[in-house]
Amino acid sequence: MALRPQLKFLSAELLERIVAEARDILCRLGTKVQNPRVLEMLAEHGAKVDFEKSQVLYTNSLLDRCLKSVPAQFKLYDVLGNETHDFSGSKIHFTPGSAALHVLDHQTQKIRKPDTTDYVRYVQLLSGLSHIASQSTAFIPADVAERVSDSYRLFLSLLYGEKPVVTGTFTIESFQVMRDMQLAVRGGEKELRAKPLTVFSCCPTSPLKWSEITSQNVVDCGASGIPVEFISMPLSGFMAPVTLVGTLVQHTAETLSGIVISQINSPGAPVLYGGSPAVFDMRYETTPMGAVETQMIDCACNEIGKYLGLPTQAYISLSDAKMLDAQAGSETAMGATLAALSGINNISGPGMLDFESCQSLEKLVLDNEICGMTLRLVQGIEPREDFPARPIFEELLREQHLLISPHTRRHLKSEHYFPGPVIDRANLSRWREEGSLTLGQRAHQEVERLVGAWSPSRLAAERKKELCALMEKEARRWGMDMLPARPVEA
Amino acid sequence: MEILKKIAQCLEVGDDAGVPPLVRQALAEGIVAKTILDDGLIAGMNTVGEKFRVHEIFLPDVLLAAKAMYAGMDVLKPLLLSAGVSSRGRVVIGSVQGDLHDIGKNLVGIMLKGAGFEVIDLGNDVAAEKFVAAAKSHDACVIGMSALLTTTMPVMKEVVDLLNKENLSGKIKTIIGGAPVSQNYAGEIGADAYGYDCAQAVAGVKKLAAAVP
Ligand code: B12
Repeated sequence: MALRPQLKFLSAELLERIVAEARDILCRLGTKVQNPRVLEMLAEHGAKVDFEKSQVLYTNSLLDRCLKSVPAQFKLYDVLGNETHDFSGSKIHFTPGSAALHVLDHQTQKIRKPDTTDYVRYVQLLSGLSHIASQSTAFIPADVAERVSDSYRLFLSLLYGEKPVVTGTFTIESFQVMRDMQLAVRGGEKELRAKPLTVFSCCPTSPLKWSEITSQNVVDCGASGIPVEFISMPLSGFMAPVTLVGTLVQHTAETLSGIVISQINSPGAPVLYGGSPAVFDMRYETTPMGAVETQMIDCACNEIGKYLGLPTQAYISLSDAKMLDAQAGSETAMGATLAALSGINNISGPGMLDFESCQSLEKLVLDNEICGMTLRLVQGIEPREDFPARPIFEELLREQHLLISPHTRRHLKSEHYFPGPVIDRANLSRWREEGSLTLGQRAHQEVERLVGAWSPSRLAAERKKELCALMEKEARRWGMDMLPARPVEA
Repeated sequence: MEILKKIAQCLEVGDDAGVPPLVRQALAEGIVAKTILDDGLIAGMNTVGEKFRVHEIFLPDVLLAAKAMYAGMDVLKPLLLSAGVSSRGRVVIGSVQGDLHDIGKNLVGIMLKGAGFEVIDLGNDVAAEKFVAAAKSHDACVIGMSALLTTTMPVMKEVVDLLNKENLSGKIKTIIGGAPVSQNYAGEIGADAYGYDCAQAVAGVKKLAAAVP
């Protein structure tokens, strides 16, 4: 077996201290939970609840119990029921950054609001990106009523794509239809529970607070067997201590409280120990996701999650740039590399620009190649038929090259990853002859090729029909008589 | 006037303990409260704002300056009131209904206070009616709304519509902000202004407040 290259930021001693301090915060300061139903449950399970102030003090025994019942691993399955994700150990899977407000339009190079056609093209493209294992509901089509903008994305993803979906709701009411869509795909409650299809992002509000919506989402997901990823987002220096360690204490406390909310109602409910912590840029009033400190916090959170025995997630491998430029590439690649080396199980970010606000199809194609490289990276260096070494060198000296050696042919594809066509490895003359294309142009060509190569999802026709019926009903509920026209048959 | 310069400088270094004695000294020298406010405190904040814009100083420095400004205001307030000088105006702010994002709104609130406005912060998840009711009961001249979700933006339009319906749009102006909204959107829904950061929020509110009779 190859040595799994592994990055670590925390000594055992520091890690244990951070967790101990986070427990102390939870037991002595507690969190706010602005949800009477969840407060009741917490009180029933031994937390000290001040109903008037919506304040909860946790106990170590409650924390221990919940950490015991939370699963150490779980799997995801695509629309057809095939296993695609194993969230365990240091296995890594990439997923596009989710819920962007905008897309970067390749033709105009302008950032604009997306529509249904953009979303369908995104799903088509993603179907062809082999290193990005799941879809996310990556951006918000602006041509539907705002109140359905969360469920509509999931609808299009399930209708056109086969990969499982990382998503989330913006309200309590949207949960129902987003669950029903999954039931329609799987055929029933038991089937969905047995083969989870989505992961829902649920955010505590820093500092140390759970809103009514997100705490309810955690409970509802648990009750339906839908996996949750906790997205705590302390902002160092602003809504969290400026130090990385202080931020980690806060992230740990917020995420542990999420685990409690999930486990008291549904012991064994699958969750990812996730987050989107960031440093706060005191000059621009922004939350840079490409900052090296942001990425260090992400990796350290993963270490804490693993120490607590959970699979992990982080918002890393994205960029704050506004164009598909060198900043976009470098921030994304640095994040992806660090995340892969850390073994973060669900790595969110590809495609994303502008602080989680803008998706780019062209960037997704580039990032897919970055993901490919990091997936190769973590396979490490493994002796194959290398020892004893003398025979292959005898062959080399005899034949003068190894290009057609059986040894080369046996190991070429697993030893070398071949990125492209976005990453350019042509020599200068060939590059010129092929049009001297920029990275953006090559990426765009690949977008067009993959969108064109898409074939409809193999989900049964009657299930697709059921999905459409659910979405149309939900749209009517919010005053939309007709859904926007879709560019291709599903 | 040397003393007013000193007050401004105190603000610039965020010395909140230093400001009140200087303000008292200025009063003792016979300078009227309104002049101390305009040429000392607000002048100092303006310099701070400009230095922040060009990254000579960072956000914490601005907040410290704002704190020093409040300290000076505490001394001046009773005098300004009795002299009949009204504050720069009252502003009602909040994150709109359904939206729990409040970091940006909070920052905007702090900066507005630093610029001398009275700020009534309604928190997050604020319904349209509540914005309007609060603006009426506090006699505010501006409503500042923040939205970070596409799903919650429509509440901003509800507020603008409600003001129109109650014939208040001349008396109460609206300004909006947050990642999904834009100058265009402000135009679309009939909001009076838009701002993409704190400095813009302050500049926008100043302009609107000045335009309210
Ligand atoms: C931090 C954050 C959170 C924190 C919020 C903590 C808090 N107390 O506010 C947490 C983790 C709780 C959170 C939760 C959620 N979030 Co959030 N969040 C963000 C993030 C990363 C940064 C926002 C921020 O605070 N920025 C820093 C501040 C200083 O900047 P700002 O808010 O933009 O404010 C500045 C200006 O806009 C302006 N401004 C702001 N308000 C006003 C008002 C006026 C009058 C003026 C003039 C100016 C002005 O001045 C401010 C200062 O510079 C954004 C992404 C982004 N880049 O915006 C996503 C983002 C807004 N969130 C998003 C989502 C989806 C959610 C959730 C729904 C996720 C979930 N499923 O649980 C929940 C929301 C639940 C709800 N109903 O509200 C999406 C929105 C998608 C969409 N299309 O609507 C975004 C874009 C990220 C993403 N791609 O997923 N989030």
